[in-house]
Amino acid sequence: MASTDINVGTHTHDDHHHDHHDDHHEELNFFTKYVFSQDHKIIARQFLVTGVLWAVIGVAFSVLFRLQLGWPDESFPILETLLGGWAEGGKLDPEFYYALVTMHGTIMVFFVLTAGLSGTFSNLLIPLQIGARDMASPFMNMLSYWFFFIAGVIMLISLFIQTGPASGGWTAYPPLSALPTASSGSGLGMTLWLASMSMFVVSSLLGGLNYVATILNMRTKGMTMMRLPLTIWAFFFTAVLGVLSFPVLLSACILLIFDRHMGTSFYLSDIWIQGELLTNSAGEIIEGGSPILYQHLFWFLGHPEVYIVILPAMGIVSHVMATNAKKPVFGYHAMVYSIMAITVLGFLVWAHHMFLSGMNPFAGSVFTLFTLLIAVPSAVKVFNWITTLWKGNINFTPAMMFSIGFVSLFISGGLTGIVLGNPALDIGYHDTYYVIAHFHIVMAMAAGFGMFAGIYHWFPKLFNGRMMNANMAYLHFWVTFIGSYCIFWPMHYLGEAGVPRRYFSFSEFDFANGFADLNIFISVAAIVVFFAQFLFIINFFYSIFAGKKMEKLNPWGSNSLEWTTPIVPGHGNWVGKIPEVFRWPYDFSKDGHEITPQTTSEKDLEDIPAVKRIPTR
Amino acid sequence: MYSLIGILAVALLILILFQLAKAGEYLGLLKGEKEANDRNNQVQATLFLGTLVFGMIGIFWSAWYYSDAFLFLRTPASEHGGAVKNMYFWTLGAILPIFVLTHALLFGFAYIYKKDDSKLSFYYPENNKLELIWMAVPAVVMVFLVLEGMRNWLKIMGPVPEDRTVLVIEATAQQFKWDLRFSGLDGKLGGKSVQLMDPENGNPWGQDWDDKANYDDFFAKDSIVLPVNVPVLVKINSLDVLHSFYLPDFQVKMDAVPGIPTQFWFTPIKTTEQRRVELNQPDYNYELACAELCGKAHFNMRRELFIVEQDQYEDWVKRQEPLYKTLKASASLEEEVEESDETIAAEY
Ligand code: HEM
Ligand SMILES: [Cu+2]
Ligand SMILES: [Cu+2]
Repeated sequence: MASTDINVGTHTHDDHHHDHHDDHHEELNFFTKYVFSQDHKIIARQFLVTGVLWAVIGVAFSVLFRLQLGWPDESFPILETLLGGWAEGGKLDPEFYYALVTMHGTIMVFFVLTAGLSGTFSNLLIPLQIGARDMASPFMNMLSYWFFFIAGVIMLISLFIQTGPASGGWTAYPPLSALPTASSGSGLGMTLWLASMSMFVVSSLLGGLNYVATILNMRTKGMTMMRLPLTIWAFFFTAVLGVLSFPVLLSACILLIFDRHMGTSFYLSDIWIQGELLTNSAGEIIEGGSPILYQHLFWFLGHPEVYIVILPAMGIVSHVMATNAKKPVFGYHAMVYSIMAITVLGFLVWAHHMFLSGMNPFAGSVFTLFTLLIAVPSAVKVFNWITTLWKGNINFTPAMMFSIGFVSLFISGGLTGIVLGNPALDIGYHDTYYVIAHFHIVMAMAAGFGMFAGIYHWFPKLFNGRMMNANMAYLHFWVTFIGSYCIFWPMHYLGEAGVPRRYFSFSEFDFANGFADLNIFISVAAIVVFFAQFLFIINFFYSIFAGKKMEKLNPWGSNSLEWTTPIVPGHGNWVGKIPEVFRWPYDFSKDGHEITPQTTSEKDLEDIPAVKRIPTR
Repeated sequence: MYSLIGILAVALLILILFQLAKAGEYLGLLKGEKEANDRNNQVQATLFLGTLVFGMIGIFWSAWYYSDAFLFLRTPASEHGGAVKNMYFWTLGAILPIFVLTHALLFGFAYIYKKDDSKLSFYYPENNKLELIWMAVPAVVMVFLVLEGMRNWLKIMGPVPEDRTVLVIEATAQQFKWDLRFSGLDGKLGGKSVQLMDPENGNPWGQDWDDKANYDDFFAKDSIVLPVNVPVLVKINSLDVLHSFYLPDFQVKMDAVPGIPTQFWFTPIKTTEQRRVELNQPDYNYELACAELCGKAHFNMRRELFIVEQDQYEDWVKRQEPLYKTLKASASLEEEVEESDETIAAEY
């Protein structure tokens, strides 16, 4: 009845929670343990390793197209070696340039920063931090990973087909994405893109529903909602966002599939392409559809998606900061309510991506209001993080470094959001490098830093109590932090000059052409940062197998539950009873106790002598 | 070959760094963990402080260095550009101080409050008054920006004021070019539809020849010419995929959507000549670009735009040839053809 290494079901005090593990099989072979595993910790590893591999591919693509942008007149024989016909004579083909840009965006946003970030840490931390043996449905959880895996395989295949992968941008706006005659990437590549995204939506729904159900129903005794670590609050609202918005992306994809293959005209109207009027197979003219409809559907997911990416990072950063400053997160309640406000407002701002799409301008002004209002909860979070550091006692662990970096990046990128959210200003900046700068700093870099913070912090829980090398991590941090600013900050200047994004070459336009030095600078920085990531990759894979063993159960002096599990927790997490919780996770430096784990009751506390240190005032 | 050597060199470098880092780990153990940790905290805190100082210097210096290229720092070339420019300064005025202040606090606190083993942090979990302040202040600023922004936006997007005569032109996008149609003497653009398109028979844009307003409509041949100080209403449409009508100098941008006509009106207030003098660039040109990904030559949909005085504009219009006339001419080979040929050879 009980599983092998743990003693479940009999002693758990939380009888009102169903225990799903009673029916676990005794022996797990390699396949059931590491491949088709239903253990949330293994699934977290699977998401993480898959995400890291995708990140290498996605970032490598950006280096390839930065070569073109930095040195448009140079030829790079290595490109021909790598890409063959797509880079004849060592110069990227424009069509393939756009394919690379499209794949870069899709891979980074969905596979790395959604699956890799939220998939990894929601899976790892939800059961461990709320005190549950696993997810509400471990089986659905396993499916979630495998649908993600299938999505990845389909996308990977699309990289190798004759006509090339999708090349209409990560937003895949029709008609470009609907008409194979409009661009070679809109052929089979686009079909595969749509298939892959559909699988991805299924994956994130399975995951999201599970996270919500687990958080609401499976908390251990004493773990009230207001005692949850901020990581869990963040994962909770991330899942809510995903569950409510991903289905809309699926519907957008399905309508697009209809338009592409079944002669419907949801998004198409009055199109003349390749010397012909577009008709369906019955010879009827395609008319009456609206490309703007697709944009509404896409951004109804697309904007929440950016918060799906950033909220987990915010949660991780809040938790890591408090732990390493040995100081409670300032304004825990305000932090929770601001995540909630961001979630609600996040659904009401999608059309700020469409101010100049031809949408009714009055609608645009309504969206302006909500868009700029979202800056308010964002500001609250930033000020709370800063106040968390104030009069703290900061230990600069690698995770703490990345958390501080995160706050800096989130500020820098968030502030330009206020510029772009103003439609009068967006006229100039829309679809220029200003937008690229904005979202890479606030989303791509910041969420990446959140992910690094999470990996460095929870690595011992992910990989059998081994630690990553800290010296490598510091080097990795500094090159990445300074390097990211060097890549993306100058893009503001390109945007100020009106230089459009998604340009294969700037040489055709006088107004865009005068920035060769800036573009070289950016490309060099991008290449340096790319190679610096190997400082992480090597450290990561090396440490999985040979990292220093952690000596204490609780290496960072954290209060939350995950560190009460054994160094190598088995399936079921705790041997014996799930611990009971008596307090919130941020009782740091309270009444002379540097840390007070959530499992410490008031009575226990009486027996622990206070440390003799000067409290900061 | 070079790339291969380069990559090998980088790989070697990373391996060496890795070895050093591992060595450092053991060294730390030898020296005593606590001491190594204190030293590390001191180093990282100092680096944060350095980043703050040199980062801010770098950011403001580089912005100043490139400021010549900032469109908003030039005198506006269009009427609404002036209003938008004010908006720009209001917004910068709101975000730049916050940017500097928050960074100073963030990195400053990181430096000041680095770990000291003799101390305990200040247990300070909540202060609702503070929360209220930093909620209310941004909210007020945002409301101001929203109101200003909406006012400008609705004015820009609204109809041309009735007391002003407006020049209506039409921009048609297709992979990968822009075609600009002018209404000719009657001031009216004739009807047009993709369903009437017939490039083989001289109707490449689907003009409706039953609509007499089409007879004098002409397409700008080389350059697009517009008069200064006259509101121009651009009707924008696309034949195939999305494009975006983008005039960077004028703060003009609007998607071209197949099946859904869009529009944008603006009033140029600087002639090309004036701009050239002002920027001290004798061959400066206003440019029309595409700002929505439309396929492989998206980056290459350039047209030049000349803003000229009213009389020069009228001269230019007189030299243009309506499509209808050309068609007629080639159909019946009348004598007029020769004479109109000469006039097409235009200066612009
Ligand atoms: C202060 C809050 C923010 C405001 C007011 C804001 C506003 C905007 C606006 C108006 C745009 C559209 C710009 C354009 O295309 O012309 C935009 C683009 C974008 N924003 Fe933000 N933003 C904010 C924060 C964020 C955050 C937190 C994220 C992600 C974590 C984010 C991610 C993005 C992305 C990915 C895009 C570009 C998508 C694309 O066109 O490919 N933004 N933002
Ligand atoms: Cu958005
Ligand atoms: Cu285009």
